[in-house]
Amino acid sequence: MSDPNGLSRRHFLKGVGAGAIVAGSIEALSAEARAAAQAANPCVGPGAVPIKLSINGSVRELAVEPRTTLLDALRNHLDLTGSKKVCDRATCGACTVLIDGKAAYSCTTLAIAAQGRTIETVESLANGAELAPIQKAFVEHDAQQCGFCTPGFVVASEALLRTNASPDRAAVLEGLGGNLCRCGTYVGLKKACMSAGAPAKGGRR
Amino acid sequence: MSSTNWNRDPKNSVGKPRRRVDARARVTGQVRFADDLSLPRMLHCRLVRSHVPHAKILGIDASKALARKGVKLVLTGEHFPIAYGVLPVSHDEHPLCNDKVRFVGDPVAAVIATTEEEAIDAANDVVVHYESLTTIATPQEALATPEPRIHTYGDAGNVHKKVHFEFGDVDASFAGAAHVFDDTFFYEGNTHLPIEEHASLAIQDPEGKLCIWSSTQTPHYLHKALAKALAMDPAHIRVIATPNGGGFGGKSDPFNHEIVVAKAALMLGRPVKICLTRLEVFYCHRGRHPIEMRMRTATDKDGNVLALDLQTLLDGGSYGSYGVASTFYSGALQTVTYTIPRYRFRGCRAFTNKPPCGPKRGHGTPQPRFAQEVQLDRIAVKLGKNPADLRLQQLAQPGSLTANFMRIGTIGLGACIDKVVEGSRFRERWGKLPFGRGLGLACSSYLCGAGLAINWAELPHSGVQLRLDRSGEVTAFCGATEIGQGSDDVLANIVAEILGIPPFDVRVVTGDTGLTPVDLGSYSSRVTLMMGNAAIQASERARDLIAKSVGEKLGVPPSRLVFANKRVFDAQDPNVGMTWLEALHRAESDHGTLGTVGSYRPAAPAAKYKGGGVGPSPTYSYSAAVIETQVDPDTGWIHVEHVWVAHDIGRSLNPTLVEGQVIGSVYMGLGEALMEEQVFGRLPPRLSNALVHKIPSILEYKSLTTKDMPDVTTYLIEDPDSAGPFGAKEVGQGPLLPMMPALANSVFDAVGVRVDEIPVTPEKVIRALEAKTKRYGPGEFPTVDWPEPLKVAPPWEGGDGTAQNEKPRKSKIAKDGTRIVTP
Repeated sequence: MSDPNGLSRRHFLKGVGAGAIVAGSIEALSAEARAAAQAANPCVGPGAVPIKLSINGSVRELAVEPRTTLLDALRNHLDLTGSKKVCDRATCGACTVLIDGKAAYSCTTLAIAAQGRTIETVESLANGAELAPIQKAFVEHDAQQCGFCTPGFVVASEALLRTNASPDRAAVLEGLGGNLCRCGTYVGLKKACMSAGAPAKGGRR
Repeated sequence: MSSTNWNRDPKNSVGKPRRRVDARARVTGQVRFADDLSLPRMLHCRLVRSHVPHAKILGIDASKALARKGVKLVLTGEHFPIAYGVLPVSHDEHPLCNDKVRFVGDPVAAVIATTEEEAIDAANDVVVHYESLTTIATPQEALATPEPRIHTYGDAGNVHKKVHFEFGDVDASFAGAAHVFDDTFFYEGNTHLPIEEHASLAIQDPEGKLCIWSSTQTPHYLHKALAKALAMDPAHIRVIATPNGGGFGGKSDPFNHEIVVAKAALMLGRPVKICLTRLEVFYCHRGRHPIEMRMRTATDKDGNVLALDLQTLLDGGSYGSYGVASTFYSGALQTVTYTIPRYRFRGCRAFTNKPPCGPKRGHGTPQPRFAQEVQLDRIAVKLGKNPADLRLQQLAQPGSLTANFMRIGTIGLGACIDKVVEGSRFRERWGKLPFGRGLGLACSSYLCGAGLAINWAELPHSGVQLRLDRSGEVTAFCGATEIGQGSDDVLANIVAEILGIPPFDVRVVTGDTGLTPVDLGSYSSRVTLMMGNAAIQASERARDLIAKSVGEKLGVPPSRLVFANKRVFDAQDPNVGMTWLEALHRAESDHGTLGTVGSYRPAAPAAKYKGGGVGPSPTYSYSAAVIETQVDPDTGWIHVEHVWVAHDIGRSLNPTLVEGQVIGSVYMGLGEALMEEQVFGRLPPRLSNALVHKIPSILEYKSLTTKDMPDVTTYLIEDPDSAGPFGAKEVGQGPLLPMMPALANSVFDAVGVRVDEIPVTPEKVIRALEAKTKRYGPGEFPTVDWPEPLKVAPPWEGGDGTAQNEKPRKSKIAKDGTRIVTP
């Protein structure tokens, strides 16, 4: 899972540390310094603010609170309910979407921070009535039971196949390691992901 | 054209591997789960839950919450004076707590607001005043602490239920035994962790009636609970079970949040939705009971079991749920796998201040199955026998009655053992692998639906209605609930098989009490068998109607007609026939609008003693598994290399889905065996001494990922059983049961230590390696004041299924016509 903001966990932790130091010394800042800081980082919210998101090939305008996650924006504001809320804290992958072509947890991405990026959800993968090769492979290899984690796995598989057209077993295990399935369809998922990538099986790759 | 010979050979879709009929919706994210639904003017609900584990409610101040923007209503226990529950004997829950709270997470109030965020913020402003009571953390504490009582009903103090059965003179068998084995075991609780959080959306329909969409496995029981708790006419309530994003038993109880949103929708006249958070799903629980067990076994010199003496102590948590049934199930099926000539079972369920336990995949049987299968491994080692041979020499017998009067159908267990032993080269390799590598074998059996319904009544357990449309489409209506297991596919498949059309041409409408005939729900592995038999009856009635018309038209006896490939034709001359559409039109012009019904009710159980209603099933499935592991003696780390699993399915209706269920069971079983635990800790006394969940998140509640899941070799054993549709048995639960003991046995084979406790964690392996006894597990079984046994003579000792010392039973008829018998 790459971070859509290009931040690594280490950067994030360092940032938090710096933030704590700033908070500790904020009383010492002069009024001018505070004004300058606010001008550099304009403050929005807590009420709804207008944002623009590029989703599945079209630009959608909506108003959400800055605290709204991309997942909530998709599900509650844009009627894109294919991405699922399960853990809501970047553990299970049921909310996986593509941001600039890479798999990302939409539950821990703020909608407001996803502006200017290209977002693709599970709803965009099929070409009308024609399922995407990875979706066909899921059906063929019985890689779904209840279907709740399935959209996240489909999108994570798609992300993997875009970077690695013929993933081997190790690459599939790594690529799908950020998603959880509770029905235990992992055997089918592995087969689906590997077969969709195999050139012999045809498809667009 | 007989409807009785259900053990026939299928000719069309049944038995052929095939993608499920509802796969496309899943891979495109188009399945509409409960939380995916929204309606105009919809409001959102949030529950206020107790942060103390056991306390009287002194008062609730909702004024600040009510003053907040967007808040429409705050509900408290005062709005819900009527108790409900899934079992007639334990109606001990209120939608919102009335007088006291019983665990951290018990709901005390509900806030309904315009947006979810407003509801969350307002819920935080509801102030509840409590007076703390002594909290009870374990069954041992419950036995030692009769006061204060968590509930005012039950067998005594904080004991919910105690049972004691004796089938034959067990003590005499022990006295004459060549060997006696006596072991204690502990099986930690774990939870379903369905990927989908429970969600519900309720409306007052335009005519003022109640309609609720909910992620429930049991819409029929929710229907009953809503009618009772809201004091409404059930004819004015419609429950629609949305597809469940996993259930595993965790959505089998009627839940407080469902009744709360229903009440709110009726009071406000607007749609009200709730979707629980992940934390709240841990509070709902109803998962695996933690059970302490003592298993004593008397054998002859060859290791054949002469008698079994089992004691179980269940940690029930704070409410009844299915717990009385769970208590019986912790003993009832011990006799079904191997021949057990005499059997004593003592079970006790205690109340504790934790989320309620209930039915999880395998309901009450994985725990004692673990105990027996590990003990059999010990017996084999002690007597120098191969564990496979020890089992094969004493399998339960097909078509027999067990010591406790369970009626067994076909048994494919011998074939299952042969397959996994051969596949894993168990005979060549067991006991001979290098230190650190091991093989473990275990077996199991499971119900194919409970023989008696929860609400005893002489009514069908499942009904199917067919509508045959002029377009050629057939619609099958059934109350069964699709929870991922593939029940919609089973229904389409059976109808399609009999009418000779593709399964994809069958539309299924399921789990809707307003449209579909009652099916009791997706639990106890009952749907394939019970719905399947009802579907066969409905489909054969439709086929007979059509055959009569087609036969008259073609001048062919109806019994000679074949339904296949969307045609109806003469078996003797396939050219003489007509298309499915022509046949349908012919029949509709003869008979009028075409529709049929079918229903199913299991035969009366052979067990007639009090408590004998839990355990009987139309037939039982069997499974065997071998697990190969690598165990690091320095770290205790267990790596599962491979699983061989064989399942006696009777007949695979769709082998693709059957295999998926077997592998899914392997997955969940390995999780239980290795890492899953629902465990609690006490906060320090200065912080309320509360019992809190240690790991209530998906991150910390460990389950297997893609990386942990081993390769699985699956064998399906087909020995059709006349009780099942086309001979089919269950598959959703049985194959889970051998995983835990097979894993523990493989650890013994690898490093020579016994971990008599589930989960088998690296820490326990290390502790066992360091122990003089080379064992990690519980010590003595707690002292329980058992009641006098109910004595039932086994069939081979002249027994007729009744108890020799039973008092006449109380029974009464409930308002809805249900006969309630004290179990």
